[in-house]
Amino acid sequence: MELYRAHVLVCAGAGCISSGCQAVKSALVESIDRLGLQREIKVVETGCMGPCDLGPVIVVYPEGVFYRQLKPADAVEIAEEHLLKGRVVERLLYKAPEDGKTAVTSDQIDFFKKQTRIALRNTGIINPESVEEYIARDGYRALGKVLTSMTPEEVIECIKKSGLRGRGGAGFPTGLKWEFSAKAPGKPKYVVCNADEGDPGAFMDRSILEGDPHSVLEAMAICGYAIGANQGYVYVRAEYPLAVQRLSLAIEKAREYGLLGESIFGTGFSFDVEIRVGAGAFVCGEETALLASIEGRRGEPRPRPPFPAQEGLWGKPTVINNVETWANIPPIILNGPEWFASIGTEKSKGTKVFALAGKVNNTGLVEVPMGTTLREIIFDIGGGIQGGKQFKAAQIGGPSGGCIPARYLDVPVDYESLTRLGAIMGSGGLIIMDEDTCMVDLARFFLEFVQDESCGKCSPCRIGTKRMLEIVERITRGEGREGDIELLEELGQSIKSSALCGLGQTAPNPVLSTIRHFRDEYEAHIYHKKCPAGVCRALMVYAIDEEKCNGCGRCALVCPAGAVYGEKKKPHRIDLEKCLRCGTCMEKCKFGAIYTI
Amino acid sequence: MSLVTLTIDGQQVQVPPGTTILAAARQAGIRIPTLCYLEELNVIGACRLCLVQVEGARALVAACVTRAAEGMVVHTSTPAVRHARRLNLELIMSNHPRECLTCLRNTSCELQQLAAELGVGEIRFQGEVSPYEVDDSSPAIIRDPRKCVLCRRCVAVCEKVQGVSAIAVQERGFDTVVAPAFLAPLGEVNCVNCGQCSLVCPTAAIHERDETEKVWAALADPQMHVVVQTAPAVRVSIGEMFGLEPGSIVTGKLVAALRRLGFDKVFDTDFTADLTIMEEGSELIHRLQNGGRLPLITSCSPGWIKFIEHFYPSLLPNLSTCKSPQQMFGALAKTYYAQKEGIDPARIFVVSIMPCTAKKYEAGRPEMNSSGYRDVDVVLTTRELGRMLKQAGIDFDSLPEEDYDAPLGISTGAGVIFGATGGVMEAALRTAYELVTGATLVSLDFEEVRGLEGVKEASVNLAGTELKVAVAHGLGNARKVLDAVVNREREYHFIEIMCCPGGCIGGGGQPLPVDNEIRARRIAAIYQADRQMPLRKSHENPAVQALYREFLGEPLGRRSHELLHTHYTPRERF
Amino acid sequence: MKSLAELDKLREKLQDEMRLREGREDVKVVVTMGTCGIASGAREVLTAILEEVSKRGLKGVTVTQTGCAGLCHCEPLVEIERPGRDKVIYGHVDEKKAREIVVSHLVNGQIIKEWIIK
Repeated sequence: MELYRAHVLVCAGAGCISSGCQAVKSALVESIDRLGLQREIKVVETGCMGPCDLGPVIVVYPEGVFYRQLKPADAVEIAEEHLLKGRVVERLLYKAPEDGKTAVTSDQIDFFKKQTRIALRNTGIINPESVEEYIARDGYRALGKVLTSMTPEEVIECIKKSGLRGRGGAGFPTGLKWEFSAKAPGKPKYVVCNADEGDPGAFMDRSILEGDPHSVLEAMAICGYAIGANQGYVYVRAEYPLAVQRLSLAIEKAREYGLLGESIFGTGFSFDVEIRVGAGAFVCGEETALLASIEGRRGEPRPRPPFPAQEGLWGKPTVINNVETWANIPPIILNGPEWFASIGTEKSKGTKVFALAGKVNNTGLVEVPMGTTLREIIFDIGGGIQGGKQFKAAQIGGPSGGCIPARYLDVPVDYESLTRLGAIMGSGGLIIMDEDTCMVDLARFFLEFVQDESCGKCSPCRIGTKRMLEIVERITRGEGREGDIELLEELGQSIKSSALCGLGQTAPNPVLSTIRHFRDEYEAHIYHKKCPAGVCRALMVYAIDEEKCNGCGRCALVCPAGAVYGEKKKPHRIDLEKCLRCGTCMEKCKFGAIYTI
Repeated sequence: MSLVTLTIDGQQVQVPPGTTILAAARQAGIRIPTLCYLEELNVIGACRLCLVQVEGARALVAACVTRAAEGMVVHTSTPAVRHARRLNLELIMSNHPRECLTCLRNTSCELQQLAAELGVGEIRFQGEVSPYEVDDSSPAIIRDPRKCVLCRRCVAVCEKVQGVSAIAVQERGFDTVVAPAFLAPLGEVNCVNCGQCSLVCPTAAIHERDETEKVWAALADPQMHVVVQTAPAVRVSIGEMFGLEPGSIVTGKLVAALRRLGFDKVFDTDFTADLTIMEEGSELIHRLQNGGRLPLITSCSPGWIKFIEHFYPSLLPNLSTCKSPQQMFGALAKTYYAQKEGIDPARIFVVSIMPCTAKKYEAGRPEMNSSGYRDVDVVLTTRELGRMLKQAGIDFDSLPEEDYDAPLGISTGAGVIFGATGGVMEAALRTAYELVTGATLVSLDFEEVRGLEGVKEASVNLAGTELKVAVAHGLGNARKVLDAVVNREREYHFIEIMCCPGGCIGGGGQPLPVDNEIRARRIAAIYQADRQMPLRKSHENPAVQALYREFLGEPLGRRSHELLHTHYTPRERF
Repeated sequence: MKSLAELDKLREKLQDEMRLREGREDVKVVVTMGTCGIASGAREVLTAILEEVSKRGLKGVTVTQTGCAGLCHCEPLVEIERPGRDKVIYGHVDEKKAREIVVSHLVNGQIIKEWIIK
């Protein structure tokens, strides 16, 4: 590596790519070349920095100046002003939405200030295609440490003591899982990374793979040493081509440096990793389905026990952890289990990465200590609700998670508290809803997803979720019947206790948790044929404000059902018997005279 | 090995480690309902009807896949368990046509039985149903995905027993369906028509093509001379359709029943089984003596024929060119018999009663018209015949015993044993030995080739040469033998292969249910029937001798070649 | 990579560059690069400093630039800041002087008094 006087980090996470960071980067590189600064300034593409709604973003070091929402022309200006002349470009800095205060560096921004980055320690800071940058940030030192100075038992003990639990959903203690595999008879053993992130809106795992792929490889090798495995597989969905590409490159580089392969650090321990690209079925995130898919069989769960730790890939003991879990391993080894255990709550240690989305001001990727309250995440980091509206609920844990209403905003986010509220930690999807969200419609949306992604193997999930969806759909259509809520609860509870896999058992959660916290909304739909949030179209009642209506007749002209009537030049009316609730009249009225009740 | 002790419904049960809760409960006399479970073949915990409560477990567990553990406490009939089972069944039924009264499996349907047992009072869910239509593209097997409960027993049998995998689970979620890859029609894929799937299907989602109406029509047509042949295996199984014990030999009643139905002549496939031995035995001797292609492999089983055409086309020259007994019969019925009786062959209607669904496909092969007509007009499975007899109001058990008609009804014990695995081999050995050595066999029973062992081997001294033979039944076992031949790991002179486990007595057209115990009882009946025959060697069959004298000339002669031998077609693997 | 020691050696070398992104520099070398500075040769000065720092493998040195300091007549300017010490500003620096400043000031801790303007 050569010495430069400045590094410009261009975020090339998925959010920034879609908002145009490549063009910004090209403009920047062109300007730097034009100004003759190419030997002084290094431009680095990094993984996701987190604040996706501010993209494209860049950070200029050594000052750490944070620029956001850039266009190619802005990049030219930054090159000419900041990089050439050392003058920070004020107008491209971040301004806090609440008080308009300008932040020069990222550590002045609440979004970053309140985060604790362990899993994301390198993401957005290093060039993910450079193993050198990873090494410079203590990369592979943890592997070196375990191979040269720890026994496998000590490694497992260290992970157990750290209190790390699986970040993929159920929160099983990671060290215990490793111990089961280490002790299980059968050889060879395997290490698998679950990177089949399938929750809608979730991109925690992708960001780590794209931004810091070596941290996963290093962790898998550490686990390999601990349990006595020499082969690892990373199962990535095909929808993540960049992650696959970066990971492939990382594997290649690690092999070049001898950090993967035969006799790592001359210790005689060998470990290698292969990538398996999955077709992207949601159910393949379930560990037994994932293993089946790696083996080349139909990706479907099988009953557990036996657990993969005992009988996994090809029937051999297999440790399978998700990306975020793996990313936590090297820092635990380097900083010690006590350090890790000092972060978080009594039973949930460390941090959790969330993909913050929905009606919140700052969306993006955030990592916070376990036990942080929802309020802190949504209001301090997320900058509150868009448009100053009211917070209504947060959907946590992906489509099979549950919703948490406003009265629980101060509950600390950890495995146990979420379970008590009928939600799950899941892999970290966090969708914020405001007052305009219909909770029945929300339940319908998630149920539709899980129903669609059911593998079809066991009958409660295959047919049961379909029947639940049909009932919820009819409720949103205004055709709900007395007893539907109870029927949904009965079905939901039964599916929970009788489905074959974790996905099926959690599939009813969106419905059960919205019934639990927003039963009145269901009742309004069923008994009063009303959608309180004004979302369910079929339940809208349209009316004409006689004050505003001048009788132009456009509404009557476009109504497909002939439900609008009235004399020309006089206020019109809507025949609700005939009205199809299509809303066309309201769209066409130029005077805002048509409204919904 | 120390036993595991668990408590089921308050009862202490001791079982070997690895035993499932389901098996442990059965041992304790506790019945747990199952639907998708098929012992050793389909243990997947998919239907969720065998749910039980295990103390300490987060959710209910499937008894069929959960192994018993020391100290485990299981409850099989708590309110939660009964509710979950009943609701899961209700869900399955909500996606199942309610056509029980008109269904082929009415009264023999496992779903129907479970509904009665679990007491599903009402189906509260009226929603979408499975979007797939009936697939009747195959001449032998009909798939009705509307009635499919996705237990996957058929898939397991097709893959694990037969090694064919013509059908598999396709699509996902509510649209999941068991079908050939890419939802291709069954008639256009590598399905060998063995019908083993139809034996394990709990409902009528996969069943034989019912052709009874064609036979009723022929019987009602005064212009037609309708003759029937019965395969060896049918006489030891049809009784089960009428509540008789598996393994009841009902040959005489079967003949009587067929006469009651109105067949003009009741003949026996055993006759052409004997004839097959004459031709195939001669072919074996010919190949042995003239350096022909070896091993010679039998060709009686049409499922097996389609299998080798798809999967081992390079071995087709090893197949005997003999038609199956069914097709030999058809060819002779419309030539030799027609001439002898002076009947216009166009007026002869040949019906076969077979334990087999693949015979339906075989009869429709283009090369099976050597009489100048379609040699066999309709093939009925044992099950279809059972249904016809019921429709005709025939009280099967009280029928008198009658004899087959001559000449095509005269046979030996060697013909009967064609119905069991190893039978063709044994019959061939009985004849080949005597023809080659000129000596009389002391013992006719070749025990080494009998029984349910998947692959059986034997060695017979044939006038100084050791004749090495192998017998396989079930196509998965056939693969083992063929691979050994292809890889030159084993050398044989003669191989018998039967498509279905147990041979024809376990055929895909046989009465339900079929398991190994029932197969064994039917096999025992076959050998008993053999012992009861006055003649037990094919070359001693007087009707066969007369046939050669009057019509064919000699085995492998010109007329034999035209009427009794055939050729094969290499096919794609998929 | 044959041993952990080898990894450690490599890491130390690589960390110099990455230090830039950590914001915990010990010594900061600032070259003023307004239009005036560039016109009087600040670019060559900066390149020379970078080369020299890199060649000598100096740890904890950040080389950066800033805009016009208002001392246009003294350009090119090089400022050296050490935590807890007064800022030292050299004026009329050329490429040769720049290399000497690195050797004398940064490596040996000797301020070259005669070139100081403040």
